[in-house]
Amino acid sequence: MITMAIIARLDRMGAWFLAVLLGLIILVPLLNLLLPPTHPLHVPTYVVALMGKYVCYAILALSLDLVWGYCGILSLGHGAFFALGGYAMGMYLMRQIGTRGVYAHPVLPDFMVFLNWKELPWFWYGFDMFPFALAMIFLVPGALAFVFGWLAFRSRVTGVYLSIITQAMTYALLLAFFRNDMGFGGNNGLTDFKDILGYNVQAQGTRVTLFVLSVATLALCYLIARAIVTSAFGKVLIAIRDAESRTRFLGYRVEQYKLLVFVVSAMMAGVAGALYVPQVGIINPSEFSPANSIEAVIWVAVGGRGTLVGAATGAVVVNFLKSTFTTGFLAPYWLFALGGLFILVTLAMPKGIIGLVSSIQARRQAKAARTASVSKPVEETR
Amino acid sequence: MEPTFQEEKLAVTQALLYLDAVSVSFDGFRAINNLSLFIAPGEMRAIIGPNGAGKTTMMDIITGKTRPDTGDVLFDSGKYDLTTLDEAAIAELGIGRKFQKPTVFESHTVADNVLLALKGDRDPWTSLFGFRNRSLADAIRRVLDRVKLSHVADKMAGELSHGQKQWLEIGMLLAQDPKLLLVDEPVAGMTDAETEETAVLLREIAADHSVVVVEHDMHFVRALGVKVTCLHEGAVLAEGSIDTVSANPRVIEVYLGR
Repeated sequence: MITMAIIARLDRMGAWFLAVLLGLIILVPLLNLLLPPTHPLHVPTYVVALMGKYVCYAILALSLDLVWGYCGILSLGHGAFFALGGYAMGMYLMRQIGTRGVYAHPVLPDFMVFLNWKELPWFWYGFDMFPFALAMIFLVPGALAFVFGWLAFRSRVTGVYLSIITQAMTYALLLAFFRNDMGFGGNNGLTDFKDILGYNVQAQGTRVTLFVLSVATLALCYLIARAIVTSAFGKVLIAIRDAESRTRFLGYRVEQYKLLVFVVSAMMAGVAGALYVPQVGIINPSEFSPANSIEAVIWVAVGGRGTLVGAATGAVVVNFLKSTFTTGFLAPYWLFALGGLFILVTLAMPKGIIGLVSSIQARRQAKAARTASVSKPVEETR
Repeated sequence: MEPTFQEEKLAVTQALLYLDAVSVSFDGFRAINNLSLFIAPGEMRAIIGPNGAGKTTMMDIITGKTRPDTGDVLFDSGKYDLTTLDEAAIAELGIGRKFQKPTVFESHTVADNVLLALKGDRDPWTSLFGFRNRSLADAIRRVLDRVKLSHVADKMAGELSHGQKQWLEIGMLLAQDPKLLLVDEPVAGMTDAETEETAVLLREIAADHSVVVVEHDMHFVRALGVKVTCLHEGAVLAEGSIDTVSANPRVIEVYLGR
């Protein structure tokens, strides 16, 4: 019943997207674990981790597209929710180190010993238990989004003003997390992780498992987002995006809709951050930097705003380009490439990669229709 | 003559919409100046007046977009004070509005525009899981048939002609099934034939709803054949049948010309 409802809501693009994700879940572990490293089709473990990172960015982009693409909330601070989810995971991973740290303290992480702290701050309690950490991965970004959104949307802060205060939010968190006495490792952040749920985070099997989990989470987030945007709720979101005050006069409480979608989106971003941290092995305050959040907006714009699949695609494409450009002799030109890409997309393909693909398809169909209508009268005259 | 307390009380309890001594200023400009207006249940009223007379501001006050500086705005026999409610709450009470410039949701289909307007709970939870997700094709079709847009139900609202957008907005009002419809310039930019059809449609709607129509088109107002209120500089200048009002020398001077 439920699966039928889900399938009914998928379009062709969504079906393709899920098929690709399923393919990744099956093929990548096979090509990594079963083929010998010398085999030409072998996927090295570092590539698996890199792809896992891209997938986490794709989840972040998806969450951003849900609020920006469908509800017109241009959040320039979504990286904050991503980073908070990441910190929640990082705190769990720190507590798992135990006596294997440099100072071998059974409870305190190394940086606390270094700062001469005698006991664990209260907000670190419970993070030794995975279920608690998992709950925090959802609750902390969700709670911040709730408080922030409640204040902002109730006061009807919209447009560029909202974007600016989201920037301020992530910047304030950046400054706060830089401070040593905040108790989150300051400048260095959290790192030197050992294991997750008893498995070594560096091990090949763990990395492949994390990759598979990330892709599965992306698929799940896509399905949730798709269910939201195709429901009547999603139609109200689009109505708000296009004509906010009209929606109000129709009797909808715009602030409630915005708040709900903003909180859901922040939680998705938090999960993305939580999956990201064990795969890259570190979380530090730079994840809060305003530039990160802006980059995420560029991914969505490049892929195609308001398409979900486009957002995820854009994140992978831009980050693949980034990995290519920032290594080797092209390294100095990455920012130029990114800026150029943004200009190109804005001018030449306002609906992003997905928009380009569908307009090519539409043109092809129109051409086919034209040739059909041209050939028909010829047959009739015969 | 000042109305006695008893008379005023009577007007409040009998009026669907009751505006009394309402004033609002923007930067020192008095857009509405001691305006009083009563709409009886089931009544259709036409509001005319020159540009800047305060017609749209009056609509803004009734729908909660603008708060009056002074005065009473009461709804449903004085049960609700509209000056204390926000737009969504006022819409929920049963006041629907059609804007001067047609504002439909352009990236939704015509049918979805009506779907969003359909009467019923408007909270996020209902929208996610509730009745608005079930098949409402029949209810939507009934509305679209009435405004003659069934043949474009699946078209994007943005692709409609100007007149069709006006009708879609009237259809959305019908779908809301409000107690009071505020209709701002429904025939602006319409052809003569469309104008006539709109007058017929509004008269049909007025059979079971209260309607306030703001319009410049005197032919249209005449076709409606209802009580007319002429506003000027934020206050009522004249009120009565179309013939009485259009014969009023002050109305001729400030509005009708000639």
